[in-house]
Amino acid sequence: MTTRPGAATGRLAWPVAALALVGLAVLVLPLVTLVARAPWADLPELVARESVREALVLSLVTAVIATGLCLVLGVPLAALLARAADWPTLPRRLLRAAVTVPLVLPPVVGGIALLMLLGRRGPVGSLLEAWFGVGVPFTTGAVVLAQVFVALPFLVFAVEGALRTADRRTELAAATLGASRWQVFRHVTLPVVAPGVAAGAVLCFTRALGEFGATITFAGSLPGVTRTLPIASYLAMQTDPDEAVALALLLLGVSVAVLLALRDRWLPGVRG
Amino acid sequence: MPRRAAALLAATLGVALAGCAPVADGAGSPATGDSSGSDQVSLTVFAAASLTEAFDELAARFEERTPAVDVRLSFGGSSALAQQLVEGAPADVFAAAAEAPMQTLVDAGLVEEPVVFATNTLELVVPAGDPAGVEGLADLARDELRIALCDPSVPCGAASDELLRAEGVEAAPDTLESDVKAVLTKVSLGEVDAALVYRTDVLAAGDAVEGIEVPAAASVVNRYPIAAVTGSAAADAAAAFVAFVTGDEGRQVLDGAGFGAP
Repeated sequence: MTTRPGAATGRLAWPVAALALVGLAVLVLPLVTLVARAPWADLPELVARESVREALVLSLVTAVIATGLCLVLGVPLAALLARAADWPTLPRRLLRAAVTVPLVLPPVVGGIALLMLLGRRGPVGSLLEAWFGVGVPFTTGAVVLAQVFVALPFLVFAVEGALRTADRRTELAAATLGASRWQVFRHVTLPVVAPGVAAGAVLCFTRALGEFGATITFAGSLPGVTRTLPIASYLAMQTDPDEAVALALLLLGVSVAVLLALRDRWLPGVRG
Repeated sequence: MPRRAAALLAATLGVALAGCAPVADGAGSPATGDSSGSDQVSLTVFAAASLTEAFDELAARFEERTPAVDVRLSFGGSSALAQQLVEGAPADVFAAAAEAPMQTLVDAGLVEEPVVFATNTLELVVPAGDPAGVEGLADLARDELRIALCDPSVPCGAASDELLRAEGVEAAPDTLESDVKAVLTKVSLGEVDAALVYRTDVLAAGDAVEGIEVPAAASVVNRYPIAAVTGSAAADAAAAFVAFVTGDEGRQVLDGAGFGAP
């Protein structure tokens, strides 16, 4: 409750600082231990294994495709969400909840839901099977869908944050000067929010890369087809912990590299 | 305000920590015959996923016999459970679906003499009505069918591999699941056309699935070992539970679930 100017800035009170350090330790210590316990000497051999390489390639390819899909679907959804600020309360809250739910849902629940919808006895899956003879579960496409489901909100919120802070007057000016809605979106809005879009895409990519629960539930686990790096790591943990740690390090390395490249940019974007 | 927040935080932490504390009261006290009744012994049993139904019943019967013991069951792939034990998971009894995962623990010096208490064989399983017209093991090679198998790293997968190799069938699986119950779920949902699971799982699944006997499966037998974990805080209860499972009543329950005699 101290509102003296200056008290809010400067150093933290010691209990706050101490708890902050404990909080940081909770986040960082497990990962530091992982790095410390890694079988560094055997690492080249472990990473060179066919099974590991296969999982890494599958993870990278599916995560890139999922990120692309998230961009195509997420930027318009973010635009809709930003526009919804002028809507009545209930529809606005429903829309926001719909976009937020996959963010807080256990991914396994997402996987079950996807399986119920797109499984061969699901309302959409059965139609796809009847009309085109294609089944979605157990395919690489199912991996991408699972990743899109869990990663899309990250992109939407990053872009929406950028859209809301963007100055609407430029858009209005362009419209007054005769630009169509599409021209305004393409030439005014998009360039302004480009940094937000880039940040969202990178977050989206790392989230897709780490997807496990929805994938194993909806897409299954078959080497080279649906067995991504997280699943391979989980399975390896049952028989060969060294390989599991090597796989985990790969994932950690890629994620940290991507986040470091982002610097502080992503934080302002991710607001529920 | 800060003080109140701190108190709240402390209280929350306290509750959280209490929740983490091992439930060790009464540890070491005799499992049976203690009429005080106040000190319950908690017995944690790690068991293979394929033992789910049988051990649920066994645990219920055992608790009825020895009210002082509270049995807590954790089911999963045998290999994963064995690995968890190696990493220090607090279990008192381990029951595996094959001897290999148990051997991991024997080598690590974590269990006493394992005893084989049941056997199991594989069976072909299809969704009710057999929509894809699966007739035998050879159908697992049909590329157009959707097939689920256990991953070779878990016992049911290792057995499946052995059976398929012995019969010269080049299976075309669409997914390799991490335990037998996950495979069974994919069949009962109708998401796959056929799979290999244990015959006990087919029995447990009821009407949702149909089993197709595979004559050659009789030659690939999984032997289920059980053992008490060394240094268990509830050593007496653990020994009593192992004796119960390997005893007459245990045999009767396992028989009912479709397990073969050791």
